[in-house]
Amino acid sequence: MAVESDVMEAAGPYDRARALSAFKLGDVTFYWITRACAISVLLILGGIIISLIVGAWPAIREYGAAFLWTQRWAPSADPPVLGALGPIYGTLITSVIAMMIAIPVGLGIAIFLTEICPLWLRRPIGLAVELLAGIPSIIYGMWGFFVLGPFLANTFQPFMISIFDGVPVLGTIFAGPPSYLSLFNASLILAIMVLPFITSISVDVFKTVPPVLKEAAYGVGCTTWEVVRNVVIPYTRVGVIGGIMLALGRALGETMAVTFIIGNSFKIQSSIFAPGTTISAAIASEFAESDGLHQSGLILLGLLLFVLTFFVLAAARLMLMRLEKKAGN
Amino acid sequence: MNPIYASRRRKNVVIKFLCLAAAAFGVTWLALILFTLFYNGLTGLSLQVFAQDTPPPGSTEGGLRNAIVGSIIMTVIGVGIGAPLGLFAGTYLAEYGKHDKLTSVIRFINDILLSAPSIIIGLFIYGAIVVPMGGFSAFAGCLALAVIVIPVVVRTTEDMLGLVPNPLREAASALGLPRSLVIRRIAYRAARSGLITGVLLATARVAGETAPLLFTALSNQFFSLNLTKTMANLPVTINNFVQSPYAYWKELAWSGALLITLTVLALNIGARILGAERTSK
Repeated sequence: MAVESDVMEAAGPYDRARALSAFKLGDVTFYWITRACAISVLLILGGIIISLIVGAWPAIREYGAAFLWTQRWAPSADPPVLGALGPIYGTLITSVIAMMIAIPVGLGIAIFLTEICPLWLRRPIGLAVELLAGIPSIIYGMWGFFVLGPFLANTFQPFMISIFDGVPVLGTIFAGPPSYLSLFNASLILAIMVLPFITSISVDVFKTVPPVLKEAAYGVGCTTWEVVRNVVIPYTRVGVIGGIMLALGRALGETMAVTFIIGNSFKIQSSIFAPGTTISAAIASEFAESDGLHQSGLILLGLLLFVLTFFVLAAARLMLMRLEKKAGN
Repeated sequence: MNPIYASRRRKNVVIKFLCLAAAAFGVTWLALILFTLFYNGLTGLSLQVFAQDTPPPGSTEGGLRNAIVGSIIMTVIGVGIGAPLGLFAGTYLAEYGKHDKLTSVIRFINDILLSAPSIIIGLFIYGAIVVPMGGFSAFAGCLALAVIVIPVVVRTTEDMLGLVPNPLREAASALGLPRSLVIRRIAYRAARSGLITGVLLATARVAGETAPLLFTALSNQFFSLNLTKTMANLPVTINNFVQSPYAYWKELAWSGALLITLTVLALNIGARILGAERTSK
């Protein structure tokens, strides 16, 4: 050893051993820095869950499971009465309506972009749809509040109300009076917001279909629709559903687009043209001025929302991963 | 023509038309939103918007200077904290732990955080930072934004490093370069524009985020550079002004909205151009 280092010493001022150990130190440090950062992603999730549970604990102890099916929300009563049924109902109903609008339209655009659209038009339309995804949600909310809400209340809502007046079931769903702030307006804004997610994921998964399959189908004389219906969609079904679930996850948790135009009413009404609220809208509009049990109740709402979206998003990711595996093989 | 053929063809035409209508529907929304934004935002946009602070209730004198500055500060600090963390985490996933069990767990969790509702992030930072620190602060807002930046950057970093061809790394290793230098000098350099794209996309994502700031940074009517106090920022200012009864506040809200949208669109387009350069190379 001594001889070796002497040789190296003699070789010049450049100390090889020291350089090597510096390399080694740098290597180990870099490895642990990156590893620590990677693990911090898990810590963030852990932190979110712990801080929500800690914050929600007083409300959990006070109301227990009854929180889930109590409709009354009276934070200033003494003692405060808090029930999550209104926001849960609003969250689910707006998301469902939004998906009912966004799924067919989103898939339609995806089919248009991959199968029908002339090549030169694909990029601009694809870009437009993706830019739509980039617009911050508060802009959607503001636009819904100033432009879409008044427009719907003056045109679409009275029209629907007059059509279904007196019809059983539908008559109560589309009951008047028209309103600037309603569950339906919020749903429509949500639909516009999640549309780009559905479209861009569908386009991506449609592209994983091996061209040979489509060419074979066209070769035996299928029309474009038949190719889509019998080849593309069956091949990509899991991925498309994954994309839809991802969009649903977004819709469930969307805050700013909804807060302005949903009306923030905790009362459950049968008409979709009546004001309502969602979990995120309730938190956004009440949290800053809340304290004590009221605040804890809002955090509990947040915890419910997080659990709900967590499962939806997890299911979405598992489905997309399954498709990726299939494409990889 | 054979009636079966005719009906198949008819069906095809109808569906094609519906798809075209769907595409027109989607593009129309974008056009409508941009049109109203420009129409309402440009009328109010003047030098005053940049030179003066947010007006007190009822006043028609004032601009958005404090909110613009606050937004820039918080976005820069948020990205400054979140981007390196995300970059390193993404590096671990792509370079060191490619076939780890841990990596697949982290990747899965990261993908969920990527689309987790941003208001939940606000609640998290409220419980973890605002309450222990005893009050709303701009710093808490920065952290909330950083938490949103991290998953975006992790995802793009991992994807972009995955695109770097392995022979490059093998050649560097064969020359005796240690692993960390292979990553920093070779892989990062090869994936540079992709990594920048990721950071730009993350910046675009947080530049307009409102929900996580509502109860972390709150807002402030006055000009402030103090990170330990509340700080004005564009999204929350817009949020407050939209719901106000004052016409001038609403006008300012439109101008602010236009500014945010233009920034976000510019960042998105910039990221896309960088990304396109990559693939054409």
